[in-house]
Amino acid sequence: MVNGRRVLIIIPALNEASCIGGVVREVRGELPEVDVLVVDDGSTDRTSAVAAAAGAIVATLPYHLGVGGAMRVGYHYARDHDYDAAIQVDADGQHDPRYVPKLVDLLDDCDLVIGARFAGEGDYRVRGPRRWAMMVLSVVLSWVARTRLTDTTSGFRAANRRAIGMFAAWYPTEYLGDTVETLVYAARRGCRIRQVPVAMRRRLAGIPSHSPVRAMVYLGRAFAVLTLALTRR
Amino acid sequence: MKLTLVTGLTGLLLLAAFMELLRRRQLREKYALLWLGVLLIIVPLSLFPRLLDNVAGFFGVVSGVSLVLFLGVVFLLLVCLHLSWEVSRLEEETRTLAENFALLRTEVGVQRAVRDDLVSTDG
Repeated sequence: MVNGRRVLIIIPALNEASCIGGVVREVRGELPEVDVLVVDDGSTDRTSAVAAAAGAIVATLPYHLGVGGAMRVGYHYARDHDYDAAIQVDADGQHDPRYVPKLVDLLDDCDLVIGARFAGEGDYRVRGPRRWAMMVLSVVLSWVARTRLTDTTSGFRAANRRAIGMFAAWYPTEYLGDTVETLVYAARRGCRIRQVPVAMRRRLAGIPSHSPVRAMVYLGRAFAVLTLALTRR
Repeated sequence: MKLTLVTGLTGLLLLAAFMELLRRRQLREKYALLWLGVLLIIVPLSLFPRLLDNVAGFFGVVSGVSLVLFLGVVFLLLVCLHLSWEVSRLEEETRTLAENFALLRTEVGVQRAVRDDLVSTDG
């Protein structure tokens, strides 16, 4: 329970055996009364076993589906077990679980709360085409959602019952679909969306990609996804 | 004459291959009907390639063979499009199955753990 709500933390994980144990233990340490569900997205390492040993409930997908598939499993589980709130947290440890109560508090007035990296707290920075893509995404999505959104691709987000029900039935697996497209979808269906500034930590494992070619590809795909999402109802 | 022999043989071979697949029940009915329709057009045309010359003239195409080629390409594009759509749908279906399978396995695991716990505490 967090502030009187039954809360489920959903951690989608793909080959994160090296850090998933630490992340699960940290979440359980900071928030002893929440349940942690790790969705193993077809890992080839011991992610499931390590997560279970750390005390998480584990759902193992038979093969890789992408973050969208893993998240729909999570929301489905949250709906079936009657949770009041579901919070997505990344498996690489970049999200600080101490911000979870802050996100949950806002679920009274909002359906979807996003922990945003650029909104004042922390020192997360990106440059080049990736930065332009993120800026355009945030301008367009802020307009669609009628609220200020500065970090639309953040994987740190909280959903209330309404959003859980919506995402359990519909959640895209396509690239960027899990972040950009779900925001458009939720906003179009009248969900109230807010962002909360959070400080991100350096990842416990893995390094973010900074290659300019990749960043350009990211830019192109982001626009494609956004354009398609906006033309859908 | 040589041309008619080549196209005619191809048409009959296609017909034989199709019939064999149908006989072994390897094709779903919706596809069977589609290819049956296609063969009903192809086989006569393969035996008499000049059959469509008049129709082609009506559409401003010089030779019936060109018209068949054009229609064939359009038809194949439509088939490819349909198959992409079908594969996307199948992927969505297998995705849903995989997700539900993961959920069920989790439920079973939790219940088994609870039961084992009861057995070990009851002795």
